[in-house]
Amino acid sequence: MKIIKNIIKFGKITPVILGLIAFSYCGKEKPAEAESSVGSKGIGPVTSVTLGTLDEGMAQKGKQNFETKCSACHKFEEKVVGPALKGVTERRTPEWIMNMILNPMEMTQKDPIAQELLAEHLTQMTFQNVKESEAREILEYLRKMDKK
Amino acid sequence: MILIGLGYGCKGGAATAALASDAAKRVYVAPGEKDEVYAFLSGGFSGQMSVYGIPSTRLFKIIPVFSVFPENGYGYDEETKNMLRTTHGYIPWDDSHHIEASMTDGKQDGRWLFLNANNTPRLARIDLKSFETKEIIEIPNSAGNHASPFATENTEYLMAATRFSVPIPQASVPIENFSKGDFKGTVTMVKVDPKSGRLSLELQILVPGFDYDLSHCGKGKSHDWCFFTSYNSEQAYKMIEVGASKNDKDYILAFNWVRAKQCLDQGKASNFGGEYYRNYLPENQPAISEKLSGVKMLQPKDCPGVMYYMPTPKSPHGTDVDPTGEYIVGGGKLATVIPVHSFSKLMDVKDKPEHRSGMIMDIPILKYESTLAGEVKKPCLGPLHTEFDGKGYAYTSCFVSSEVVKWELGTWEVQQHLPAYYSVGHLSIVGGSSKDPYGKYLIALNKITKDRYLPVGMELPQSAQLYDISGGKAELLSDFPTVGEPHYSQMIPAKLLMDKAAKIYPLEENKHPYAIKNEKDARVVREGNTVRVYMTQIRSHFKPDTIEVKSGDTVFFHVTNLEQDFDIPHGFAVSGAPEMPNLLIMPGQTRTFKWKAPKPGIYPFYCTDFCSALHQEMQQYIRVLP
Ligand SMILES: [Cu+2]
Repeated sequence: MKIIKNIIKFGKITPVILGLIAFSYCGKEKPAEAESSVGSKGIGPVTSVTLGTLDEGMAQKGKQNFETKCSACHKFEEKVVGPALKGVTERRTPEWIMNMILNPMEMTQKDPIAQELLAEHLTQMTFQNVKESEAREILEYLRKMDKK
Repeated sequence: MILIGLGYGCKGGAATAALASDAAKRVYVAPGEKDEVYAFLSGGFSGQMSVYGIPSTRLFKIIPVFSVFPENGYGYDEETKNMLRTTHGYIPWDDSHHIEASMTDGKQDGRWLFLNANNTPRLARIDLKSFETKEIIEIPNSAGNHASPFATENTEYLMAATRFSVPIPQASVPIENFSKGDFKGTVTMVKVDPKSGRLSLELQILVPGFDYDLSHCGKGKSHDWCFFTSYNSEQAYKMIEVGASKNDKDYILAFNWVRAKQCLDQGKASNFGGEYYRNYLPENQPAISEKLSGVKMLQPKDCPGVMYYMPTPKSPHGTDVDPTGEYIVGGGKLATVIPVHSFSKLMDVKDKPEHRSGMIMDIPILKYESTLAGEVKKPCLGPLHTEFDGKGYAYTSCFVSSEVVKWELGTWEVQQHLPAYYSVGHLSIVGGSSKDPYGKYLIALNKITKDRYLPVGMELPQSAQLYDISGGKAELLSDFPTVGEPHYSQMIPAKLLMDKAAKIYPLEENKHPYAIKNEKDARVVREGNTVRVYMTQIRSHFKPDTIEVKSGDTVFFHVTNLEQDFDIPHGFAVSGAPEMPNLLIMPGQTRTFKWKAPKPGIYPFYCTDFCSALHQEMQQYIRVLP
């Protein structure tokens, strides 16, 4: 059942993947992000986030959720299953990060940056039943890690 | 009997049957579209239940109930193996016949399904959120739980009556004592907790030693009553095929369960022996298996008005109550009529001596004509079981002549003969045994397939046939092979279930004693010769990923699937593990694989469910040290 599902899923975006694989094999640098996607907010329920000064309480809650639901695939310093997260809050908009957590399937199908990341890491980011408020807390934790 | 049936069926039915020309369109469910109805079919000797979509007849799932299931580890893992515990030990198989849907006010409520085990008397509850078996209770003082599990109008109770009468309590007596009254049957009232669905034995009633076959409970005005068919009123014990077919009439036992409960409350039942297990599977935790003993037993003589016998021709199988609760339809396998009893008449005559023809074990036998509403004359050969469309028509299956007859309640006139392929047992209409049928589809559940499909050796799949009964004339739409013997079915409109289906086990609610919710907590803990591996899995790796144990250790892999995404189970299997075939672990679930570490060497373990592009890489090693 799942094999077929994956084939269909990959079938839809095959041209993109092939293109990107070819591209990333050409040089050692990470594939450059498409011009149009710079500053992208991604696709998903989050359209606007206002960041204030770092909220330690939120970051602490975010850390707990991160460890349960994200840390199996993400470290900060090195790539494991998914990309290393160090500096992610500088590379991406807050909206994009939250949409990636909340809506990973559609993001990897339609968002150019997420498509590139799938082509690089080849594992579909999992939907982990994170609520929007929890995604915001995880974002705060990621900000805290980037400020270190 | 079967051969005669086939001959008749082919001549009168199959050859002349014309398929509605647009039948293909009416069963076609386009890619991505969903079916209108869930059909739950019991698996007969497979001991399972299968889920089909109607009208497409696509198979969606097999729900393991009474039989182990290597596909997902049911009955093997430490969490579910106690579900199959009985007083006879671990019984990994059964013969499961009748599915009942839970009801509120006589209407399907989409909460639970119940299934009987005939061979080792048991009764199961399947939860309709997870489509998983959650509870199995053993029925003591019973041998063959066939007339089960039929529910009262609000699922207050499930009825269970014994098919094979035996000495109760069990004793090694000469078999010829059967006809001297040494053999008995029981009717059991299993209470259903209205909130949790938990099952408990409330009361048993000792009844004459016949073979109790099927049951249905009343509705509306007949709410207080359940009706049981019995055969072998001759109490034959040799050549039963002949000996049990002598009497012109057997009986439908009318049982007032409200009265029985009253007698229980008045202290008229006495303590009786009997041991039984009750096995319950809490959500995402190991099954709790309790051995209980003793029941309250009621003798009909101590509770006047609790039971009456209604003579019914001949070797009756089905006893079915129409949606209004007035008509009780018998299905006499060897009868030439379909007898219909009237509930109002039963109420009117039951305590009038002139309407009685005798007593058995202090249970009054009423005269046949006294409760009769009418007879459907010469409907077919071997009428078995009747369902209702809610529009005033009844459909009866006919085993010997392999057909379904449609007839009208009240006039008792046959309206239509529908051929079946072949030897049809039970029928099912969507909601057809409830107060509120959704009379659009009917399936006939057949015992024999013969020439319907490509031959695949001498055993052919058994089959079911789908009819459209929405119009004036019922029409055959399609037929399909089934899993095991499709004995009986409940069909439920999809809208009642599909939105409630569980998608994940939320990790935060996982209370399994060996769950870990975080890769950080993955570890191996040694306790003497027992090793506990607290393991996680997520696309596409395990933690811990390399493991060392010693030869002879008992190793428990407590595996938690950390995914929180719909439809992403992971598998877990260890190469060459004899006790445990495979585990399928749902998102957020913890299950336990028990393994006796074999001789020293390196043993791979891996995920068996294709989970992602890196599924093949979801594999690791266990080193077994000397
Ligand atoms: Cu996997």
